[in-house]
Amino acid sequence: MSNLDFQNSPKTQNNRETTYKIGMLRKIRLTIGCLMLAAATWLFVDTSGIAAAHLNWIAKIQFLPALMAGSIITVIVLLVATLLLGRVYCSVICPLGLLQDLIARVGRAAKKNRYTYSKAKNILRWGVLGVTVIAFVAGIGSVVALVAPYSSFGRIAQTLLAPLYEWGNNIAAQIAESNGSYAVSETEIWVRSIPTLVIAALTLVGIGIVAWMNGRTYCNTICPVGTVLGFLSKYSLMAPVIDKSKCISCRKCERNCKAACIDIAGTKEIDGSRCVTCMNCIDTCPKGAISYTMRNRTAKVEAEGGETPSGRRMFLTMLGLTAASVASAKKDKLVDGGLTVIEDKEPMKRETPLVPPGAESLRNFRRHCTGCQLCVAKCPNGVLRPSTDLGSLMQPVMSYENGYCRQECTRCSEVCPAGAIKPYEEGAKSSIQIGHAVWVKERCVVLTDEVSCGTCARHCPVGAISMVKYDAGDGKEVRIPAVNEERCIGCGACENLCPSRPLSAIYVEGHENHKIL
Amino acid sequence: MNEGKNISRRDFLKRIGLASVALTGCGKATETTNTANNTTTVVGETKAEDMTYRINPTTGDKVSLLGFGCMRWPTGSDGEIDQEMVNKLVDYAIEHGVNYFDTSPAYCKGKSEAATGIALKRHDRSKYYIATKLSNFGEQVWSTEESLAMYENSFKELQVDYIDYMLLHGVGMGGMENLRKRYLDNGILDHLLKERKKGRIRNLGFSYHGDIEVFDYLLSQHDKYKWDFVQIQLNYVDWKHAKATNRRNTDAEYLYNELQKRGIPAVIMEPLLGGRLSKVHDHIAQSLKERDPERSIASWAFRYAGTFEGVLTVLSGMTYMEHLKDNLVSYAPLKPLTADDLEFLEKVAEEMVTYKTIPCNDCKYCMPCPYGIDIPANLLHYNKIVNAGMMPDENAGTEEYQKNRRIFLVGYDRSVPKLRQASHCIGCGICKPHCPQRIDIPRELARIDIFVEHLKRNKNKKA
Repeated sequence: MSNLDFQNSPKTQNNRETTYKIGMLRKIRLTIGCLMLAAATWLFVDTSGIAAAHLNWIAKIQFLPALMAGSIITVIVLLVATLLLGRVYCSVICPLGLLQDLIARVGRAAKKNRYTYSKAKNILRWGVLGVTVIAFVAGIGSVVALVAPYSSFGRIAQTLLAPLYEWGNNIAAQIAESNGSYAVSETEIWVRSIPTLVIAALTLVGIGIVAWMNGRTYCNTICPVGTVLGFLSKYSLMAPVIDKSKCISCRKCERNCKAACIDIAGTKEIDGSRCVTCMNCIDTCPKGAISYTMRNRTAKVEAEGGETPSGRRMFLTMLGLTAASVASAKKDKLVDGGLTVIEDKEPMKRETPLVPPGAESLRNFRRHCTGCQLCVAKCPNGVLRPSTDLGSLMQPVMSYENGYCRQECTRCSEVCPAGAIKPYEEGAKSSIQIGHAVWVKERCVVLTDEVSCGTCARHCPVGAISMVKYDAGDGKEVRIPAVNEERCIGCGACENLCPSRPLSAIYVEGHENHKIL
Repeated sequence: MNEGKNISRRDFLKRIGLASVALTGCGKATETTNTANNTTTVVGETKAEDMTYRINPTTGDKVSLLGFGCMRWPTGSDGEIDQEMVNKLVDYAIEHGVNYFDTSPAYCKGKSEAATGIALKRHDRSKYYIATKLSNFGEQVWSTEESLAMYENSFKELQVDYIDYMLLHGVGMGGMENLRKRYLDNGILDHLLKERKKGRIRNLGFSYHGDIEVFDYLLSQHDKYKWDFVQIQLNYVDWKHAKATNRRNTDAEYLYNELQKRGIPAVIMEPLLGGRLSKVHDHIAQSLKERDPERSIASWAFRYAGTFEGVLTVLSGMTYMEHLKDNLVSYAPLKPLTADDLEFLEKVAEEMVTYKTIPCNDCKYCMPCPYGIDIPANLLHYNKIVNAGMMPDENAGTEEYQKNRRIFLVGYDRSVPKLRQASHCIGCGICKPHCPQRIDIPRELARIDIFVEHLKRNKNKKA
């Protein structure tokens, strides 16, 4: 009963050729893992809204976001699961871990038996965790965002995979259009933030190379979640355990351990703090000496050491590079003699950044957000994009040059797993004030073009703008917009639709604390 | 209260109108057709000798009933006129008996005259008639010098030394004041009269849209100006229902009858109402097909315009070869409509005005909008949905509403880029005076904007 390894049949033990069979446990892990990776990826790239409606629980069971959101139950369930079964979170729930497994698999296909045991880098592990905690307490969200594993995955999916998916979607939309179908609609592909794109690309390349060469090194040296869960999994009830009496020291398990945590030459123990319970070793062992079973509590494996892993240097390089880039995304315009060329709007400079309704305050938002980009991916109005400010790098901010925060949309609050954007009741949005509109006299077309306008007033969903009389000089009376700051909610309809280009003549200034009107 | 008044007036006009059509239209028309009642060619090549021609009473010109409107020449992917295709269309038209080509310095962003000239230059000058206009719309070309330069330039662009049919362009838009400034006070009309005497202009006329005072004034001066022809908008909707578009518009019935009284031949523009009589509501399409399953929907409108004996030629802006071929079937030869057909089309027109389409003909005179709106594209998308019977109706049940809502919104984004949609209209009204149909464009755009906003917000509307 204690032995859960179904692979352990006499036939396999006698057959030395059989080195890599898929056992039941691994089969389960692979199935769940594949589904989870596919679902998490789809959650980020989907443009139809179906994924967000049905799969946002994937984001909500992620450890760090749940911790940020204060979802005590989720956190306790994950901790208890780790204490019982080991780091199953890392092997079947964390999408970044799954992505690494996928890359590592390709690496293993290229070169068999490529891993070797290495000692735990505990100083680095606890060091990164310490820095993360300090950054969180200090409210430097960008540091937390940088090391959060699920957020790293989110950035890769949103900035690198989503454009490919959208491109495919748009081809499908064109085919649909030519067939008179309305099933697929076109979506706009745009780069929201160059620094975040660069970070995502470097993360993918960095983690990709490390995963290819060494498997789960990132999870066992940098990842703060890995460190916390590793601390617990060391004492987990169940774990893969080597039956030393059966072991022939062939080191097949060690060479196939992507966590580099099986020390055959030394203690013949598996380092429980780094093992992600992938079950590969169980299947690899020609003698059936490894089984997933109750841990032998007397044998504590503790490895010490403080070498710099290859992943670390790469990681620091990433940090340095991100500071240097600047965002500027020009879209293609259709130019036809019969149509006026429309100048692109430039993002406004705002003294106080704008964050979505449900954030409650800038401070709350900055503290909770892990920069996973899920809200950015799901924003249907082109409003959310990652910040380029160093202190809040990768955490989303709002801007209205491509669209505005529409009243019927509550998408970002629905998907946010970290409690940075809290859900609110549909309909409540029109009473949440996130900022207020400011009129810029010098740019208003009523005065510059001498035409009558009123676009901002017409589109204000809360009636905060009215057109009032104004003496334009020479006794000419015109009507200009007047903002009732008390009633304005900061949705940006006025700013987005304002005919003044490239800078709008009316724009929204953010508020530190959101108010319920 | 208001409605009741309209209906009685309409009924009155209907009685008078139908009687006059039956008399003028059908009586003489029978002699021009040699086709047996139920055998009509509906596809395939027509013969040049079968083309129905009308005789211009002043010059004796034998003009083909189908006139080629050069406002909608085909363009390539670069947006420039596809000259090769233009040549092909012109060649085919001439080969099949078409001999009237109507252009203007204002058409195709100012490139129509040149393209038409290039295509026609390849043919014997005596084989075709060229009509062009003095399109001095903008205030900057109202001066004598500028207007004359525009007039002379037409000869250059068209590569000709005489013009068969010369028109004052779009008189009525902007009322009497506009007419005075464009043609009377600057001496341009006097100059054109002299040019007619010299023979550089063979026929002088005007095209009319808008304020009826101008039309009446110019006709009252017929003894002085001796109009050789007048170009009017005539089709089975405008015959009696021009006021459905704008209360101040005038029914074609009045315009045509005024010309008939004076024996002035009418050149017909907008026989198809800019495509609105071919892209009709599904119900109407079905009833037209039931009446004659082999003819195209557009053919009804062309035969209607051609049935009037006082019509010299009917202009059609044919962008595609299939349009040309279909129209040739209608006119080579013309099988005039019967009194019964006319009554049927009047019923169709009555039904048509109950559908709340916006009377945009896609002429693009309103463009470019200085704030980037693609005005015709917005209006036409709305019409397309109305005509397809796919207007999202909240009372239609949730599923039906959801389906139509999606079709409207997805289709809208496909037809009009976001930045050129109605929501960006600032309501400045610069476009308004340019619309020959006198559509209140800012109002219609605001209406579409509110409708779209309503659709966007009512995503989960329960019926």
